[in-house]
Parts: sequence; C-alpha cells; structure tokens
Amino acid sequence: MADVKKHDTPMCDELKSGPWPSFVDDIEQKGLQGKQACLDLLGQLELSYVHKETHWKHGGIVGVFGYGGGVIGRYSDAPEQFPAVAHFHTIRVNQPASKFYNSAFLRKLCDMWDHRGSGMTNLHGSTGDMVLLGTTTDQLEPVFYDLTHQMSVDLGGSGSNLRTPSCCVGRARCEWSCLDTQAICYDLTQTYQDELHRPAFPYKFKFKVSGCPNDCVAAIARSCCSIIGTWKDDIRIDQEAVKAYIGGELKPNAGAHSDRDWGAFDIQKEVIDLCPTKCMWMEGDELKIDNRECTRCMHCINVMPEALRPGTDTGATILVGAKAPILEGAQMSTLAIPFIRMEPPFDEFKEFVDKIWDWWMEEGKNRERFGELIQRQSLQEFIRRAELKPIPQMVKEPRSNPYVFWSEDEVEGGWKRDIKAFRARHAA
Amino acid sequence: MDLKEIREKLQEDWGDLPSFDISEVVSKPYDPKLGEELYDPKKPMANRITDIGPPYFEQFFPEVIKKNYGKWKSHEIMEPGIIKYTSETGDVVYVVRCGSPRLITTDTIREICDIADKYCDGYMRWTTRNNIEFHVETEDQLRALLDDLKGRKFPGGSYKFPVGGTGASVTNIVHTQGWVHCHTPATDASGVVKAVMDDLFEYFGSHKLPAQVRIALACCLNMCGAVHCSDIAILGVHRKPPFVEDDRITGVCEIPLAVAACPLGAIKPATVEIDGKKIKTVRVNEKRCMFCGNCYTMCPAMPLADMDGDGIAILVGGKISNRVSAPKFSKLVIPYIPNEPPRWPSTVKVIRKILETYASDANKYERLGEWAERIGWERFFEKCDIPFTDKSIDDYRLAYDTYHTTTQFKWSVHTDNL
Repeated sequence: MADVKKHDTPMCDELKSGPWPSFVDDIEQKGLQGKQACLDLLGQLELSYVHKETHWKHGGIVGVFGYGGGVIGRYSDAPEQFPAVAHFHTIRVNQPASKFYNSAFLRKLCDMWDHRGSGMTNLHGSTGDMVLLGTTTDQLEPVFYDLTHQMSVDLGGSGSNLRTPSCCVGRARCEWSCLDTQAICYDLTQTYQDELHRPAFPYKFKFKVSGCPNDCVAAIARSCCSIIGTWKDDIRIDQEAVKAYIGGELKPNAGAHSDRDWGAFDIQKEVIDLCPTKCMWMEGDELKIDNRECTRCMHCINVMPEALRPGTDTGATILVGAKAPILEGAQMSTLAIPFIRMEPPFDEFKEFVDKIWDWWMEEGKNRERFGELIQRQSLQEFIRRAELKPIPQMVKEPRSNPYVFWSEDEVEGGWKRDIKAFRARHAA
Repeated sequence: MDLKEIREKLQEDWGDLPSFDISEVVSKPYDPKLGEELYDPKKPMANRITDIGPPYFEQFFPEVIKKNYGKWKSHEIMEPGIIKYTSETGDVVYVVRCGSPRLITTDTIREICDIADKYCDGYMRWTTRNNIEFHVETEDQLRALLDDLKGRKFPGGSYKFPVGGTGASVTNIVHTQGWVHCHTPATDASGVVKAVMDDLFEYFGSHKLPAQVRIALACCLNMCGAVHCSDIAILGVHRKPPFVEDDRITGVCEIPLAVAACPLGAIKPATVEIDGKKIKTVRVNEKRCMFCGNCYTMCPAMPLADMDGDGIAILVGGKISNRVSAPKFSKLVIPYIPNEPPRWPSTVKVIRKILETYASDANKYERLGEWAERIGWERFFEKCDIPFTDKSIDDYRLAYDTYHTTTQFKWSVHTDNL
C-alpha cells in the first residue's frame, strides 16, 4: 500500500455492496494506490453522511488567463481534516461531438489528470463536457497548457457564457437522424468560441442538437435553442416488412419489450390506434399514411423500424427557451422555426442566432435566461425581434382573453383624435 | 452528405484549426514538465493557445461507423443492453451498453480503454445518460466481450460494467454532484443513485416494463441534472429559510444582488448594529420563502443547508420524447422524504412502489406520465398508496393552469368517505 491515510468511512463503505457499480470502491481503490485526494474525498463524504449537509464552501473565482469560464472554484470547509481536497477545483473539457473517443486520447488525458489533479472525473457533466474534478489553483494554467498543447482540446463553458453544445449520436449510428448532428455541434462550437470562453451574456445559453423528435439529448427540455431533426416528405414504407411485423416474424419496437408476454403484435392496437393524429390505416394488407396529417411523433417508426423510416427531405425544427425551474419555473422550448435546412456553413441558422442574441443582450436582465425574457416580453416580441412570421404552429391554441396590444400603426387613422369632433357627435 | 463532404465543407471554414487531426499530438507520450516550461506567469500570453474548441469528432469514429455514416437502415435490440445496427451496405455493428456511476476515476477510464483496445480497435462512446458503449462487428467478438464484462467486479462485489439500459428498461440515472462536489446541495447524488440502482438493478438488465423509465436526480432546485421532464425525478429540497450572517454579509456579497435574487421579493435591505457599528445587511420575510436557494447562489452569507430541513421530493410523469404525446413536465407527488444516508431506504422504497404499480397497470408503450393521465391523478395517488397533500397543489406562476375546472373526476379513496 502506498503512503496514504485512509479515513474511517463506515457509511460510505455500505455503498460498496450491491450490483450497481460502486463509486466508493472505485475511489477508494484509486486512493489506496497513492491518491490521498481520493481518500480525503471519501472522508469528507462520510462527514456529510453524518451531518447530512455538504462540506464544500461557496464559490471562489478561479480560472485561466483570458477565459471567463471552464473552471469552477471549489474549497473544502474542513481543510485540516481533509488537506488533499482543501482546493478541489473543477475543469470542464469540451467533449468531441456525441462522445466517441479512442483510447490514445483518453489514456493521455488520464496521465495528465493523474499528474495534475485528483484522478477523479465525471464522464460526463450534464451539459456534456468531460469534467475533471479536483485540482489546486497553481495547477490550472499548466492543465490548460497541457490540454491545448498536448491534447489539442479546449475548455468548455461555465458562468454567463455559451455552454458547451452537445448532440445525439446522429447519422453516425442512427437510421432515424434527420441531421448531421456532430457537424452542427462542431461548427456551432467553433463559430462561437468567443461567446463560449468570455462571458458577455445576461446568463448561460445552451444549444443542443437531436437528430429526430425522439430527442435523445433532451434538447427540448434543457436548451435555450433546441435543434431537432425532422422531415417534410413522406415516411418511407416497406410493405413487405409491415407484413412481417403483422405475421410475427419481426419483433415490435426492435425487441424493446422482449422480457414480458404482451401477446401477439396487433398493428391496429399498437400502432394505428396510438397515432396521435389518427392518420394511418390498413387497406387490405397495406399500411397507408396520410402524411399531410402526420405530426412526426416517431411512434410508428419506433414500433416498426424495419418497415418505416423518416422521409429524406430533412432539416431541423428550431425551438427556443427551455430551462430548469430557477427562477420563473421550468420551461420547455417553444416552436420558433418549423423547418430550416441545416447544411454547413449554417448561415441562415446563424443569422437567426445573431438576432435573438442581440435582443437578449440588449434587453435581458442580469441572470435572466433567454426563455424568461420571452416570458417577460412576450412571444410576440420574440417573433418581432427574430423577424419570424407568426404561424399557428407556435401555440397550442389561440389566446382566450381579448387583451390585444394593438400598435398605433395597425389601427386605421392612428390614435391621435380630435375630442371636439368626438363631442360634436356625442354630447358630454 | 457523407463524412468526406462534411469534413471538406467544415474545413473551408475551420481548416487551420489543429482539431481536425490530433493524432500526432496525442501519439506523443504525456510530458509532465511541458506545462511549466511553456507557461510563464510573468508573460501569461506566451505560448498560449486559445479558442481551438473540441477535437473533430470523425477521428474518434470506429471504422465501421465511418464507413456507414448516414447509411444505417435499421436496428434490433438482441437482448437487454445489446443493439445490432444494420447498414444499407450490409455491414452490421453490435453495440454493448454498460451502466456507469458517472463519477469515475482515471483507473476505471483506463480499464475501459483496455477493453476497447482488446475488442473494439480502441474506440468507445459515452451516451447522454452516462452509459458506456462498445462497438464490435461479429457475434464471436460480441460474446467474448460480454463474457469479459461480466467478470469485471470491484472488490466489494459490484459489477464494473453491467450490461443493459435499452428498450423498456430503467436506464442509467442522470444525476448531479451532491455532497461529493457541490456547494448548494440539499441531498447527496451518487449515494442516492447507487442505492436506487442497486434496488432496481433487475429492471436495468431486462425489458419487463411497459416503456422506458427515465429516472433523474438533481441535488437542489438549480437542477443541473434537468430532472423536470423525467418519468421519475428525485429532487433535493430545502425547507428552512436562509441564515443571514450579519457580521459577514457586506464582505462577501453585494446586498442589491442578494435582494434581487429572490423571485418572491422576500429579501429586503436592513441595517443592524454590531458592537456599536451600523452594518448594512438584509432581512428575510420567512413566511414568503419557498426555499429555492437562489439567494445563497448569489450570497455566500445566506446558507440554507440543514440536516433536518433538507431532503428529497419525488416528481413523476415527465418525458422528453415527442412520441405519441408531447413532452411533459414531471409533477410533484411527494413533497419531502428525509435524507437517510447511506442507503436512503424511504426514497428507494417509494420509487420501487411507483415503478411496480406503473409496470403492472400501464399499457404497452405507455410512459409513466401517459398512464397517470389516462387513469387520472386521483387514481395514481390511490394506486401508488401516496398520501395527497396540499403541497402537490401549485401556487406559483401559472398555477391556475393546473386546477381542475370540470365536473369530470373519478371517485377514489379521496372521496369515498363523502
């Protein structure tokens, strides 16, 4: 055993048993091989289990020269007991789009992090970054130099910056993707490096890219600008495969329900009746779809992947304004652009981004998310500032109150009126 | 477009960035001295490389992925955790999905690299929900990989790489840092996740549920884990108003920012006398506090954490996918469960109860929220044996949208005594 001090951690130790991978075992093993920070981290966690309160201090602004994000300061409030985690800063490293790696890259990153940090990571943070957990202030610049010079990788976003964009697996491995998600993610990340590293926004801003409406990166729930793949033409149908599903030769939903007997596949009950717009029917043994009525929910395609595929005239639906509850309550993204082509260099999309950022940077209050600005100033104002055309697809239903903010130029004759002329018609 | 066209188009704009080919840089062994050699604190701009962004994705794609980019035709989940993708070219790739606690050491990453080197030409991938994916091209490689993964365990007996998380399963819990690394949590993250996943392990490696169940944990209302659209959300909550450290506040925060941080206007500026000196501070209208913690985010002299006040709320019925019904928010059904480290038995028990009630009652393909809406929320509380309290009635912004304005309701345990 290396020369390290293991703390007494009876409660943490209880999390070594059970089948799910034990983070406690992983961290302890690493500690016993010579990383005191790992053992101190477990010691401090044990103290939190006793007190039922965190032992990390609030804040601490640290960073690398010229960047206003990517590093989050963290200090223990029990540094005498746990000196190896007294400073325990986080470094966000910008992940490659959709998180494919090779071992050469990761091994070198591990060598760097063992040398300069605790050896602890999150793969990955919620935003998508590779998160290196735990180093001291004096190591921050050397880590940054190592990352840029020896790994050719940059930091991710934090604070009131553009946050690191992320995307689903896309066309790399999914037959449903209507977008080159990695290309979009990479290009946006490179285009907006300045916004990502140097805080100039009222608050954080997030892009997320999903290739289809299944939305595997949860773009609609957690990005200020959600880019979600869709198609304009007809769902592609292989009628032979439809018959194979009906005949039981193919497993519905690609085998997703294999451990329970749900009975024989019933296309009427499992597909046609569940279609939200009821735009499908059988004619003899052929499946028919009224594509004009389809809202592309993906259910039929998910159930019969061998038989149905999205169309080939593809692009993105853009929705805006999602966020978690703090402060004005949770929001999902609202439909802004029903369809836009997404091919490099994505100029049309970037013009839209410029317009909405101009509005937000001009009008947004300190720590006001983009979705909250839309709430405060209205969807109409968003539509005006983004120079979009209002369409019924933007709302679930028309308003039920009559309080319309007409502007003067919309009303015949304007608002300047002659009270004398009015009184000439109507005695007071 | 194929990968070559995409790269050429992107290189028209970004061709001078090192990120398109990092193989030469990465092939050199790590030099532990280079950082200090290149960085000079007296000349901070010297040798500084900035704004290079992430490495270009294509160089991390396995060959079969590169070759079949945009050509995938269909997929089949062969068994839980194993997906076979078929390309228009006739190529196939088998993907093995493994759970991970997300909080992992460099030694575990190296072990993942060892596996990737042995079976997958050195390539691997992570999913949005912190699963690890290995790609192989033959059934023989697949079986060898699965045998290998099964045998890898930590000293305490837990699996290092459990296979599952596909189809109608409980896949990995997305979660936050908790007491392991965060300054604002109301509960732990990794410990709760470990306890819940140990209990639901059978559902990770099987396809027994009516549809997929997405569980997420956020250790405070900031929701770094974005749990607000999850089938089952575990949320850390505070229940005591913030302290105000009068003797410290002016030194560590700007009072107007602390006042502005409160969405309910419950924080007002105040002046107090300490040792004969007048000091500017704030006072909290405690009856108005909804324990969001935003004041503490802005002001370190207003901590909320409390061993008796903090705990877990459970929200259910959210979803992300647009499948069948539109995406939905999760709804608060249990306002508070005490923190019970290290294994949070009350939280674990109630999640199992909700999951199994759903599993036995919902239709095939029906997500938890769709099921609750179909049977009615009164029936949801009845069937799950969860007491309904006024805490589940919204009284924040847009609360009216959630009120029931119809005579259509179901008789349930809540009305049987009338």
